[in-house]
Amino acid sequence: MHPAFSVIFFTVLSGAGFGLFALIYLADLFKLGGGLPGAYVFWTGVLAIVMVGVGLMSSTFHLANPKNAWRAFSRWRTSWLSREGVLSVAFYPFALAYLGLYWLDMWPVVRHFSGAVATLLAWLTIFSTAMIYASLKTIRHWNTPLVPAAYLSLGHFSGGMILLVVAMLAGVQTLPFVLLSLFQLFVAAFVKVIYYYWIGRLGVGSTINTATGFTRAQVKLLDAGHTHGTFLTQEFGYIVPRLTAVSLRLISMFLAFAVPLVLLYAAMEYHAPMLGVAALVSVFAGLVAERWLFFAEARHVVNLYHGAQRC
Amino acid sequence: MRLGLVIDLDVCVGCHACAVSCKEWNASGTTGPLTDYQPYGAEPSGVWFNRIRHFEVGTYPNNKTVNFPMSCMHCEDADCVTVCPTGASYKRAEDGIVLVDQDKCMGCNYCSWACPYGARELDRESGTMKKCTLCVDRIYDQAIPEEERQPSCVLTCPAHARMFGDFDDPDSEVSKVVREREGYVLMPELGYNPTNHYLPPRKHKPIPTDIGADKAGLAGKLKQFVNRMVKR
Repeated sequence: MHPAFSVIFFTVLSGAGFGLFALIYLADLFKLGGGLPGAYVFWTGVLAIVMVGVGLMSSTFHLANPKNAWRAFSRWRTSWLSREGVLSVAFYPFALAYLGLYWLDMWPVVRHFSGAVATLLAWLTIFSTAMIYASLKTIRHWNTPLVPAAYLSLGHFSGGMILLVVAMLAGVQTLPFVLLSLFQLFVAAFVKVIYYYWIGRLGVGSTINTATGFTRAQVKLLDAGHTHGTFLTQEFGYIVPRLTAVSLRLISMFLAFAVPLVLLYAAMEYHAPMLGVAALVSVFAGLVAERWLFFAEARHVVNLYHGAQRC
Repeated sequence: MRLGLVIDLDVCVGCHACAVSCKEWNASGTTGPLTDYQPYGAEPSGVWFNRIRHFEVGTYPNNKTVNFPMSCMHCEDADCVTVCPTGASYKRAEDGIVLVDQDKCMGCNYCSWACPYGARELDRESGTMKKCTLCVDRIYDQAIPEEERQPSCVLTCPAHARMFGDFDDPDSEVSKVVREREGYVLMPELGYNPTNHYLPPRKHKPIPTDIGADKAGLAGKLKQFVNRMVKR
């Protein structure tokens, strides 16, 4: 699949934003590390919804006809893309109510209710984003429950790293935040390792034989019927060279998990916000590489009509 | 009704006339224009509803070239319609034709991801998804003679490799020919339940290719002599 930058940017940023919102609500609810000061909770929440908003805006850049984007809220009964849109917009009033009541310091019951609903909607939105990909039977690299598992765990991991930096700056007890980040790091890393293992051993799916119906003979493409590329070759024909894929996997795992792991251990000993910031930068660089690979490595079955023997 | 096409792979000669006539008809049809990018440039490309691929089946000497026209299969379980967030993609209840409402499409490409057959192509100029309409603006047109109320590709095919009809009617031409010739659908394992069917090439005795001139006999030698004379 062609890796579109706007979608990579959107999924990484809005995933982290939703993860951050859920975690800031839970951290405040359970008074993690003795409880963050109110101003820190408020501004972190604002950061989370700004990240979500910027991500959603950038997702409209890959639309060829954005003037009809408002119609995407209409088919939530069948389409995961529509559900994502509906849920992410439904998230806003509850998130804003939560932060507004936090600012005004009013109505704690309503505030907590709004925060809980917004957190639930954040989780459902990340899940819907992942299901856009996981629901496609045409792309076996995506058609697995590991995809929503990866989106949810990576969103919370990257959001949690932002929360850790906030906690370091706020001067509260940072150990619970470090441990939370370590836990999320391991969960996310395990899911990604299982995912890479899984897509390396997909077994037999659709082949050029089932695509043409000639199942008892060797089939090969003689001519694709066009002289230059088509929409199909541009959208689905992208093949990432094997060496690039392997090295990018290593780089993304190194940046997203190995580097922050070392820095998090260091952060348990030394109280230095720069450690958290360095880990955060490394995580986001690693996640962009991870998301780029997620798209680039996926193989659509239409390639069987353009010369691929199996998909 | 369940309207669709049958494509006879035994007689398709791979001339691309169906694709050209499709483009000609639909460029001014309900989903037209079908934009071309750099039509006379170094990298010509553009929107087509119908594309013909060419495959080699089997290995030498038992191999065969099979020409393979493909357009929208008008699937019964069309995921392209299910995934569409705007409701632009729809399947008509009355005849099963899958269409894109050009006024509603936002060009997100999601339906093209859901289609295993590559039937949908984005028009970069209009920003909307375009696809085979089964010539819906032609097959119901009361102003043209009844025998011409067929998709443009079917009318054009010089080899009569394409048939159009109702698959719900067991006595229709398409239903009968699919039964008799063991017509099949592409990638049935994905479960899209496509309407369009393909007829496999008939089994022919291999044509001997190693007959030399000296084995041709008297008639053959006479023929070769005449050929040489005519050539001069």
